[in-house]
Amino acid sequence: MSTISLNEVCMRTLGLENPWSMASYEKIGGYKIWRKIVTEKTPPEQIIEQLKLANLRGRGGAGFPTGLKWSFMSRNTPGQKYVVCNSDEGEPGTFKDRDILRFNPHQVIEGMAIAGYVMGATIGYNYLRGEFIEPFERCEQALNEARAAGLIGKNILGTDLNFELHHFLGAGAYICGEETALLESLEGKKGFPRFKPPFPANYGLYGRPTNINNTESYASVPVILQKGGQWFLDLGVPNNGGTKIFCISGHVNKPGNYEIPLGTPFKTLLEMAGGVRGGKQLKAVIPGGSSVPILPGATMMQLNMDYDSISKAGSMLGSGGVICMDENTDMVKVLERIAYFYYEESCGQCTPCREGTGWLMRTIKRIVSGKGQMRDLELLISVSDNIMGRTICALGDAAAMPVLSFIKHFRSEFEAYIQNG
Amino acid sequence: MEQLITFELTPKMRLDIDAWVNKFPPEKKSSAVIAALTIVQNQENWLSLAMMNAVADYLHMPQSAVYEVATFYSMYNLEPTGQYRIDVCTNVSCMLCGCDTIVAHLKERLNIGFGETTKDGRFTLKEVECLAACGGAPALQVDGQYHEHLTPEKVDAILARLEAKA
Amino acid sequence: MVEIEINGKKIEAAQGSMIIEVADQHDVRIPRFCYHKKLSVAANCRMCLVEVGDVRKPLPACATPITQGMKVFTRSKLALDAQRAVMEFLLINHPLDCPVCDQGGECELQDLAMGYGRDVSRFNLGKRAVSDHDVGPLIETEMTRCIHCTRCVRFGKEIAGLHELGVMNRGEHLEISTLVGRAITSELSGNMIDVCPVGALTSKPYRFSARAWELTQRPGIAAHDGVGSYIYAHTIHNEVKRIVPRECEALNETWVSDRDRFSYEGLYHKDRVLTPKIKRNGHWEEVNWSDALAFAAERLRAVSDTQGADALGALASPNSSCEEFYLFQKLMRGLGSAHIDHRLRQHDFSDENQFAAYPHSGVTLTELAKADVILLLGSIVRKEQPIVAHRIRMASLTGATVLVVNPLDDTFQFNVASKQIVPGGDLLLGIAKIAKALVAGSEKIKPSAAIAEFLKDITVDDTAQQQANYLKDAKQAVIFLGALALNHPQAAAIRGMADFIAQHTQTTLGLLCEGANSAGAYLMGAVPHRLPGGQNSTKQGESTQAMVLSEKINAMILLGLEAEYDLAYAHRAQKALKNMQTVIALTAYQTPHLLNYAEVILPITPSAEMAGTFVNMQGDTLAFSALTSPQGQSRPAWKILRVLANLLAIEGFDYQTLEDVQQEIAPHLTTAKPTQRWSFAAPQLELAERLRIAPVPIYAQDPLVRRATALQHTPDAAFGGVRINSAEAQALGLAQALEVLVRQQECEVRLPLVIDEHIPNGAVYLASGIPETRDLDGAYEAIYLEQVVDNHA
Repeated sequence: MSTISLNEVCMRTLGLENPWSMASYEKIGGYKIWRKIVTEKTPPEQIIEQLKLANLRGRGGAGFPTGLKWSFMSRNTPGQKYVVCNSDEGEPGTFKDRDILRFNPHQVIEGMAIAGYVMGATIGYNYLRGEFIEPFERCEQALNEARAAGLIGKNILGTDLNFELHHFLGAGAYICGEETALLESLEGKKGFPRFKPPFPANYGLYGRPTNINNTESYASVPVILQKGGQWFLDLGVPNNGGTKIFCISGHVNKPGNYEIPLGTPFKTLLEMAGGVRGGKQLKAVIPGGSSVPILPGATMMQLNMDYDSISKAGSMLGSGGVICMDENTDMVKVLERIAYFYYEESCGQCTPCREGTGWLMRTIKRIVSGKGQMRDLELLISVSDNIMGRTICALGDAAAMPVLSFIKHFRSEFEAYIQNG
Repeated sequence: MEQLITFELTPKMRLDIDAWVNKFPPEKKSSAVIAALTIVQNQENWLSLAMMNAVADYLHMPQSAVYEVATFYSMYNLEPTGQYRIDVCTNVSCMLCGCDTIVAHLKERLNIGFGETTKDGRFTLKEVECLAACGGAPALQVDGQYHEHLTPEKVDAILARLEAKA
Repeated sequence: MVEIEINGKKIEAAQGSMIIEVADQHDVRIPRFCYHKKLSVAANCRMCLVEVGDVRKPLPACATPITQGMKVFTRSKLALDAQRAVMEFLLINHPLDCPVCDQGGECELQDLAMGYGRDVSRFNLGKRAVSDHDVGPLIETEMTRCIHCTRCVRFGKEIAGLHELGVMNRGEHLEISTLVGRAITSELSGNMIDVCPVGALTSKPYRFSARAWELTQRPGIAAHDGVGSYIYAHTIHNEVKRIVPRECEALNETWVSDRDRFSYEGLYHKDRVLTPKIKRNGHWEEVNWSDALAFAAERLRAVSDTQGADALGALASPNSSCEEFYLFQKLMRGLGSAHIDHRLRQHDFSDENQFAAYPHSGVTLTELAKADVILLLGSIVRKEQPIVAHRIRMASLTGATVLVVNPLDDTFQFNVASKQIVPGGDLLLGIAKIAKALVAGSEKIKPSAAIAEFLKDITVDDTAQQQANYLKDAKQAVIFLGALALNHPQAAAIRGMADFIAQHTQTTLGLLCEGANSAGAYLMGAVPHRLPGGQNSTKQGESTQAMVLSEKINAMILLGLEAEYDLAYAHRAQKALKNMQTVIALTAYQTPHLLNYAEVILPITPSAEMAGTFVNMQGDTLAFSALTSPQGQSRPAWKILRVLANLLAIEGFDYQTLEDVQQEIAPHLTTAKPTQRWSFAAPQLELAERLRIAPVPIYAQDPLVRRATALQHTPDAAFGGVRINSAEAQALGLAQALEVLVRQQECEVRLPLVIDEHIPNGAVYLASGIPETRDLDGAYEAIYLEQVVDNHA
């Protein structure tokens, strides 16, 4: 598998000495493109064109085309605009942004600066989850270096361009990974997602037009512009341009982040991660973070790691958090833990999610405790169906999909708990 | 409800909060509330009503608005908490990688359960959701640092270091 | 306009409307909990999910804007499934304690559960229970019933302007609370009870006293401020159990102030006097009506015959109805006396002849929304006129700049762009500074000689300059004179100076008069200088102040007021009344004070127990009928006055019914908006070196509200003490004092001292209208504070 490119985009500083330093970043061509844009005043449309050509899709989980998103927010809209980076990584099974922030913070800064330039936003905020203290310090250090080099701040490189960037720390709430909850949090409120429309591009931070992308998306931008949209596109497969970081965890020998081309067979990814621990059989995989439907191991072994392939099999690529489970895994207990997570993290705003996540969690707990009844399975399905698609944000869906998929693929394990007590 | 004793932000706290206030537009001081609460908690280990009120006053926010924030985010301690809060992840990947053993070991070593504080006020044990360190599962966070690929031995070493520091 | 279809019916509606608004306008009922037309859209309850076109997911009708050609289905399978599912979720943790819940029978959850609930619950786990925090004497909480729609929280943040209730915690643990169990302080707080769709927030005074279906609903008008909010009374066995708002977009919208809502409790206070009484040989005896009235007539006649009609005086509460005012003045004028007044707390009457037919707020509440600058001059508007304050807040939220010139630094529930807190209660100085800034800034403004002379020595400061600039640039400004200005000893000069500013800027001057019917009092001739309809009287009578202080009056008729609370000079007034030959009190309440100075007590009904007419501050004629029947032998005052007049053989009192009176007063109720102009004259009175600033607390405004038990337990009703700032305390040697000896004229009381930096120099805050100060004297007069010397030491 030597032909597989590894760590060519967001993780490209890995292996360098102090990969987070400005020196290392510049060694691999960092800030070249930003300098070029600033001095040449590259037309923003050209940049958007490259992103569209690259087919970069949002890396936070929803997979929305980044170039298209950037075109929603006009540079010419008067008044203050913002760019915001979503580094509130908290989707169980996902741990890529933490590594980007720790090992390649300059690339995020450069990506955000370019975004600010394209959309005419002079202020950017990178929202890091509250627990990311080490990444926060690395980012601050990088920001200071970039400021000192005149790359961020007022009159960038002596031009009339301004872009101020700030790092923000949350305080523990998964829901703030939802972009509008994140904006609320940035405004100093609790993270209640906003009803959309209006979308952030029209009504974002402080009610101003705001572009918000995931860390990995921003970090991909400088490389795409440096090497060309076509280059990035060609790394992946049609409609799934470029590379993606897959966070592989669970029952594998070498868990970790693997930045590989989209479309890489899952089988290959599993091999890179050293295969299933203890040589056991792969029972199941959650391919895109705990919110997406689980798939049986055998199914996964036939799939490629790209948006379309996973989608066709009934799940989602999501954030790229690949959780592998071996043959001995107790699926009922895994679902119990996942259900507890959504119960803990529901913001409580919408009725179905506030009331439904607890109902799901307790019903599964009851099954685990041996007091479940067969009709509980139908109840779980029905309650999940009643949450799905009926809440302001996607957390409701995220709570429902695991339940539905676990019962669909591993019903017999639930039945065994119920029958055997 | 506890006694509403007064609390005054220290000059250092004010300075730190000001640094955050400066990140936001002048009329958007409340954006700094999350950081301000963190700054106070880092010093006091928890947030009393008086502390929250002091933050509300300082940022010109209604007290209820500060309470809403403080009760929403899981990193805030609204009850007296140990000097070190040990946040152990028990989410899926950590669970698959044996966090149960780590939790059991911690509970035994500290002789407390989740949500409890050691008698000497040094440690509080807390079960937390995914820390985004699944590649290093099982993982915990304490004193602003992540510890990954945990084993009981590693846990002992962490505790020993914190005890020495305390 | 766009065309949409709801359930197959074509409907034209305004672009930008939400589906639910359009449906409501066309009587298509979409179930909802969090949506409220006066609050921001939260879209959190999810009850209003409907099917829209070919969108696969149901959409919330409250938050989905209509688009051309949109097809909405509110009762399709997709919609109903979603609505039923949401109802199930809402009910799983709801206690379903309807039999013991006050909301039962009028509960939005209960009602909708009938249509969307299941017969048998699929939920067989334990239900959530939530512990309650006390939020004060007005609102009872049972938060286990809460469905987290956040209407109450949004009401607080958006309408009341106070973020008191908050959404605490998250997820299933979400709790609506103050967190600390603090009393809610908004003077509009009772509306949270109304907006709560379930029984989580209910009325504390009403608690467990009736069932919704037993209640009779009667429309009425609230009688405590110049708005005249539309209300409904809910009664059972002729007893008012509660007051709720009656929607009136032009006045109170869907809200009502706590004073209007909870003051009904005063109807049933133990002080209520229900039998006529007379004092014979120093002893009070209950008598029948005819004896009482004959006695009263005889006593009045005795004074009139011996000392002339000029020895007769009459004071009426500004909450009296037009019919009462009219007959009251007709009786007095019939007797030959013009000494009649309702301006009970006013000090300065020197410009009374310049008043228009009646005092007007200058702009209507609806027009206020268009104001771009609003200057509050001497007003704690929240406490004086809560609904006006709410309207100012709404104007401020849509961009109006609010300016304040006040004698103390009170808080407002809206942004105040610029505040002048004048020392020593010198409001005239504050407003004159603005005038001076305007004059200095424009050669076109030519002040009168009096103004020029007065402004000569005034120095403009930055704040006044800033306020002048706002007014100068305003397209539609309003200056409101509040109670602190109207009752000020230099009120006329303040008015004149304010009017000068108004004339030279795009400003309308308005008065926020006390009471429910100040306008009506003027129109009915319940002033010493005017006849009904605003006609100048050939016989000029004495004002309240002169009647009380001049010692010329020897027989006084009081209508609906309590001298010790409602008059500017509480102590001197009581003393004067005591010294009179007779005081005939038409009153609903008796107190030891009244029993001391009165000779006849004729029990009247408060406005809730009678029909009548008010004219509010914007000139609306508000007719009302009785909410309940009179208690005991109490009678509407108009009937008493009619019989009394008959006994006194005064002509023209042959009324059979109230309608007869109303026919007679109708010509005088021409309430077109008057032109109000006041010219400036230098004040005749200098301010005392240290002035008592004496606002009447919100729940001390009139006899009824003073007896509303629950309101009397709110923080607003707590005695605030004698307040001065620390510098003043230092200067007076009171820095360490907890108590202080307060002296005014010949009276002296010992009261707690509070150091309060909101009080400027030269001013002492000490409320009037309350028991603690009823034996003190003039509001806005000199006040002396001394150290308490403890004799026991």
